[in-house]
Amino acid sequence: MDTTTLTKNMEAVSTQPVKVCARDVKVFYGAKRALHGVNVDVYQNEVLALIGPSGCGKSTFLRTLNRMNDTIDICRVEGKILLDGEDIYDPKLDVVQLRARVGMVFQKPNPFPKSIYDNITYGPKLHGLATRKDEFDEIVERSLKRAGLWNEVKDRLQEPGTGLSGGQQQRLCIARAVAVSPEVILMDEPCSALDPIATAHIEELIDELRESFTIAIVTHNMQQAARVSQRTAFFHLGDLVEVGNTEEIFTNPRDERTQGYITGRYG
Amino acid sequence: MTEIAEPMQAAAPVSASFHTGNAAMKRLRSRYAAERRFKIYGILAISFACIMLVILLFTLLKGGVSAFWQTEMRLEVTLDAAIIDPQGTGNPADWDRGALQTLANNAIYKEFPEVEGRVEKRDLRGLISPVAGVFISKILDKDPSLVGQTVQVWIPTSDGVNQILKGGIDRTLPEAQRPISDKQLAWVDKMEASGHLKTAFNSTFFTSSDSNYPELAGLFGAAIGTLLTMSVTLLVSLPVGVAAAVYLEEFAPKNKLTDLIEVNINNLAAVPSIVFGLLGLAVFLNFFGMPRSAPLVGGLVLGLLVMPTIIIASRAALKGVPPSIREAALGMGASRLQAITHHVLPLAMPGIMTGTIIGMAHAVGETAPLLMIGMNAFVTQAPTSLFDSSSVLPVQIFIWADKPERGFVELTSAAILVLLAFLITMNGAAIWLRKKFERRW
Repeated sequence: MDTTTLTKNMEAVSTQPVKVCARDVKVFYGAKRALHGVNVDVYQNEVLALIGPSGCGKSTFLRTLNRMNDTIDICRVEGKILLDGEDIYDPKLDVVQLRARVGMVFQKPNPFPKSIYDNITYGPKLHGLATRKDEFDEIVERSLKRAGLWNEVKDRLQEPGTGLSGGQQQRLCIARAVAVSPEVILMDEPCSALDPIATAHIEELIDELRESFTIAIVTHNMQQAARVSQRTAFFHLGDLVEVGNTEEIFTNPRDERTQGYITGRYG
Repeated sequence: MTEIAEPMQAAAPVSASFHTGNAAMKRLRSRYAAERRFKIYGILAISFACIMLVILLFTLLKGGVSAFWQTEMRLEVTLDAAIIDPQGTGNPADWDRGALQTLANNAIYKEFPEVEGRVEKRDLRGLISPVAGVFISKILDKDPSLVGQTVQVWIPTSDGVNQILKGGIDRTLPEAQRPISDKQLAWVDKMEASGHLKTAFNSTFFTSSDSNYPELAGLFGAAIGTLLTMSVTLLVSLPVGVAAAVYLEEFAPKNKLTDLIEVNINNLAAVPSIVFGLLGLAVFLNFFGMPRSAPLVGGLVLGLLVMPTIIIASRAALKGVPPSIREAALGMGASRLQAITHHVLPLAMPGIMTGTIIGMAHAVGETAPLLMIGMNAFVTQAPTSLFDSSSVLPVQIFIWADKPERGFVELTSAAILVLLAFLITMNGAAIWLRKKFERRW
C-alpha cells in the first residue's frame, strides 16, 4: 500500500494517543503471503473492529499483535508493530511479558479444565501479580465482576469452568484475560459460538471494558461491529482496504469493495 | 468465499415414484439386509474370540489348579540328635542338613516294619519326596529345641504319589506306564485308609524359587525378579518415552529429520523382541560388562522394547488435547513449557498411562529377549538386588514347560495362571488410574 492511501486511511483520527501502531505488516505462511502490508493504528480506550470476508487475514493480523503467530512454525512476520512506541518484534522483548500486556480472547470459549477460581488465578500466578490467598481472592472477585459473571458464579468458584454455559465460559475467558490487567485485549470472533442473548451480554461487556482497556475485535457480524466499535477496519484478500470511524464505514464507505461487503454482495 | 454466489443448479429431475416405487423398496430392503449381515458377522467374530478365550482358560485351569494343592504324608519323625548334630555342638550352623533326609526315610520305614531288603526299602522311600529333608530342616529352624524329640510331621509325597492321588495320572494304567509300581500303590492305599495322607494348600509354590523337584519348586523368586525387572523397565521407558513424545509433538520442527525419526519409532515398535535381546547382549553385557541374568539388564532391554509403544501412545494422547487449551495458556503469557506442564500433560495423562500399562503388560509376558541375556538360568533363590541372578515369570514358565516330570506340567499351567492374574491386576490398575485422572475434568 502506498503512502497516499495510507494518509487516506488515517484520516479519521481520535483524540486519544495511539496505543498500537502497525506499519507495513506482512505475514507469510511458508511461501504464501497472507497479509500484504497493513498499516493501522489502534487508539487508547477505543474498540477497533476488524471485518472482512473469511480468509481475508483479519484474524492473522490480530494474532500478530500479541505474537500468537510465533507458535506456527512456518509463519513469518515482516514490518513493524509498536505497542506504546515499543517494537513488539524486537528480539530482546520477552513474549511472556508482551502477552501479559496484550491479552487475548478466542473464538471458541476455552477455559482451562480447572475450577473457575483457578482459571482466573492462572495468569496472576504466572506473572507473580499476587502471592497471598486474600490477594488472589480479590483478583478473582474483581475480574469476575468486570466480566459480569460474579453474581452467577460467586457461590461455585471451586466448580469446573468447563461446566458453565457457552456464554458464561466466554465471560470467564474475558475475566481470565482481565485478571492480569492487560493494556490491550484482542478478541477473535468472541461471540461466534454463542447464542444471541449471550452475545448481547458480551457486547455490553465490551463497551464497559473500553473504559479501562484498548480492544481490537475480529467479527463476522457486521451489526456487531457497528454496535461495539468506534472505528472499523475492512480487510479483503490480505489487504487492509480501509479503516475509519465505524459510522462512516457503514454509511459512506470510500472503497467499492467495502461497499460490496457491507451491503452483502459477498461475504 | 468472496465470489458472488451462482444460482443453484437444479438437480436432474426424477419421476415422482423414484423414492417410493418398487425399485426403491427393493433398494431399501437390500440395505437393511446388508446391515443385518454385518451385525451377524460381528457377533460371529466376537463369539469366536470368546470361545477361544474360554478354551484357553479352561485348559489352564484344568491343568493348573491342581498345582495349588500338594498331598502330604503324616510321619512320626524321630529327630535323632546323633544324626542331626554329629559333632554335638548344639549350634544349628554345625548341623548335618544332608542327613535330614535319612530321618524322613527312617520314619517311613517305621510305618512299614515288614518291608526289608535294599530294593524294597528304596521303593518305600520313593513314596515321599526325595527332598523331604528340606522340610524337616525348616521345622528345625523354626524350633531348634525339637532336636532329640519325636514329632508328627506332614511330609510332601513324591511327585508320582502326588499325581496319582490328585488324579493327574490314571491309577488304572498298566504298571509300566505309571510312575509308581503296584506294590507302592498298595502302600499308598494302606496309608490313605489309615488317615496318613492329606491334600494341603501348596504354600511352597508361592514361597520358594525354582528347584529340580516339583514339590519344592515355586514362583516366589520369579515373581520378585519380575517386580525388579518391571521397576527398571518403567523407570527407563516412562520418562524417556514421555520426554521423547513431548519433544516430537510439541517442540520439534516438522522436517525431513523428524519425519525420519517418526517412521523409525513406528518401525521400532514392530521389531521382533528377540532383536532387542541381541542388542542387550551386545551392548549391556558385552560392552558395558553388566552381570548376566540380572533384573537390571532385563529391565533395560524390556525398557527399550516398550519405549516405542509409550512414545506412540503418548504422542496420540498429546495430539488429542485440544489446541485451544495450548492457545489459552500461551495467550495468558505461559511459555511453551509451562503450557505443556500445566495444562497439556495433565490432560494427556490418562492416555499416556494407558499406553504405559499396555506396554508394561507386554513386557511382563516377554520371554525371548530375556533368554538372550541369560535370564533362563537355573536360580534357586529370590534376587535381593538388581544385580543378582534372577528369573522372571514367563521365563520360569518356559523353563518348566521344558521339564518332563508330570509335576512340572501342572506347575507350568499354574504359573501361567499366576502370570494372567498379574496381567489382569495391571490392566485393572490401568482402568482405575484412568478413571481417577479423568475425573479431574
